[in-house]
Amino acid sequence: MTTFPIEKIREDFPILKEKIGNNPLVYLDNAATCQKPQAVIDSISHLYMHEYANVHRGVHTLSVKATDRYEGAREKVKNFINATSTKEIIFVKGTTEAINLIAQSFGKTNIKAGDEILITAMEHHSNIVPWQILCKETGAVLKVAPINLQGELIFAEFEHLISDKTKLVSVVHMSNALGTINPVKAIIAAAKAKNIAVLLDGAQAIPHISVDVQALDCDFYAFSGHKLYAPSGIGVLYGKQALLEAMPPYQSGGDMIRKVTFEATEYNGLPYKFEAGTPSIADVVGLGAAIDYLTAIGMDNIAAYEAELLDYATEKAKGIAALKIIGEAKDKGAILSFVLDKIHPHDIGTMLDSLGIAVRAGHHCAMPVMDFFEVPATARASFAIYNSKQEIDVLMNGIEQLIEVFG
Amino acid sequence: MFDDLRDLYQEVIFDHNRNPRNFRVMKNPDREVEGFNPLCGDRLTLFLKFQGGEISDVSFQGSGCAISTASVSLMTEIVKGKTENEAEELFQQFHAMTTGKDDQIDLEAIGKLAVLAGVREYPARVKCATLAWHTLDAALKNEEKSISTE
Repeated sequence: MTTFPIEKIREDFPILKEKIGNNPLVYLDNAATCQKPQAVIDSISHLYMHEYANVHRGVHTLSVKATDRYEGAREKVKNFINATSTKEIIFVKGTTEAINLIAQSFGKTNIKAGDEILITAMEHHSNIVPWQILCKETGAVLKVAPINLQGELIFAEFEHLISDKTKLVSVVHMSNALGTINPVKAIIAAAKAKNIAVLLDGAQAIPHISVDVQALDCDFYAFSGHKLYAPSGIGVLYGKQALLEAMPPYQSGGDMIRKVTFEATEYNGLPYKFEAGTPSIADVVGLGAAIDYLTAIGMDNIAAYEAELLDYATEKAKGIAALKIIGEAKDKGAILSFVLDKIHPHDIGTMLDSLGIAVRAGHHCAMPVMDFFEVPATARASFAIYNSKQEIDVLMNGIEQLIEVFG
Repeated sequence: MFDDLRDLYQEVIFDHNRNPRNFRVMKNPDREVEGFNPLCGDRLTLFLKFQGGEISDVSFQGSGCAISTASVSLMTEIVKGKTENEAEELFQQFHAMTTGKDDQIDLEAIGKLAVLAGVREYPARVKCATLAWHTLDAALKNEEKSISTE
């Protein structure tokens, strides 16, 4: 903890110098999106000022430079999650598009009427709705593994729901509404025993946990750049090469083709088969810079520091009688979701905002989770590498004050 | 603390949030409409009875934030005894007030509802205040069984 360079890290994020009204910004909405370090901002400016052109197109100098930057970022992503090849790294808009790609491409090819898709009761809407649509289109059935009151997957029930009809398991690695980290190794092992493909929704996990897709042995892993201190509008779908090779394109157009005539089209190889059109070039470069930045700090150091922040916040929160934590999984990431007795989360959100504290108030795109806990919404403080214990004190002090005001 | 919020969270709002008026299920209402704000999960059911062209009784059930609870509570107080046209006119007034169209507001008609004028400074919260009125509007027009702010 003493070795974690929190002061230096805070200096790296220019937005943290902003004031909200007269108060310093305390940004605790990191599960929604993270702020960006100077290195990421600079990488984008530098590209646009010195090296920008379209990628994979021209023979001119700038196009070659931009392509090098773009493909260099793919290499960085590959190393960051320990994929075997850059062919397995598909750039998409974000986690949502990655899941939709799997549903429409892998799903429509491999999932038929009567087949089953297995998810959990703690999924984000983006890991529910694409499967509902696919089920409607194919006649497949969506199965949902239940959670307990701590917000943990009931693993025995999950195993029980795996059947001979299950064709895909799609599970969130870390829950955005509860903070729960799922036992993904056991989940993958259980699915693999029956030769079932596994997709992990890594949107929340990726900034907090060191991810090794080979060690996990998942078939697909999806995440967004904007929660990883990178720009919004860019994300990654990792897929095992053999599976991706066998899948049809998701969207079509330029860059994803090898040869086009009016009679027929030959598709490009991986990863370009899934990257139709001009990609979000600068955002990909920004993602590469974010990965460099995080790698220099070390994902294990980040995980250890954030665990300490969460423990500190949890202990303080438990000292507030009117506060109830939603999501108390044993294995949990740096998210504190809570409700206050007789005070609606939206009022909490507005009141904390007036103190400069940004938290999320709402259903966190996980309405079924809210239904399960019988709350309309929760307030959520979610932590990142630049948050300090002092900021948690400001949050807890603010919560105590607003409880007093509401009387 | 919270000095900046005094315009938004006035004491009348806290009072109606703690003790909402006409907070009950109505037996045999003439109209019953559900209002829903999917952004925050606020949900309310509005019950209305009419007699001789006037709203003779109005009540509600549901859960929401302080702004939305106070707004629907205040609304039930003010529309009781009003004709449908008068209630519609109040809806227009309330809408003008919360969206900052000051020139269209009749302060006398608005009365106590003026405590909710502060929401105009908080775009994310305007819908909390207007949910009740949109639900009433739907009930008066007898259009739908359920309305949504989105």
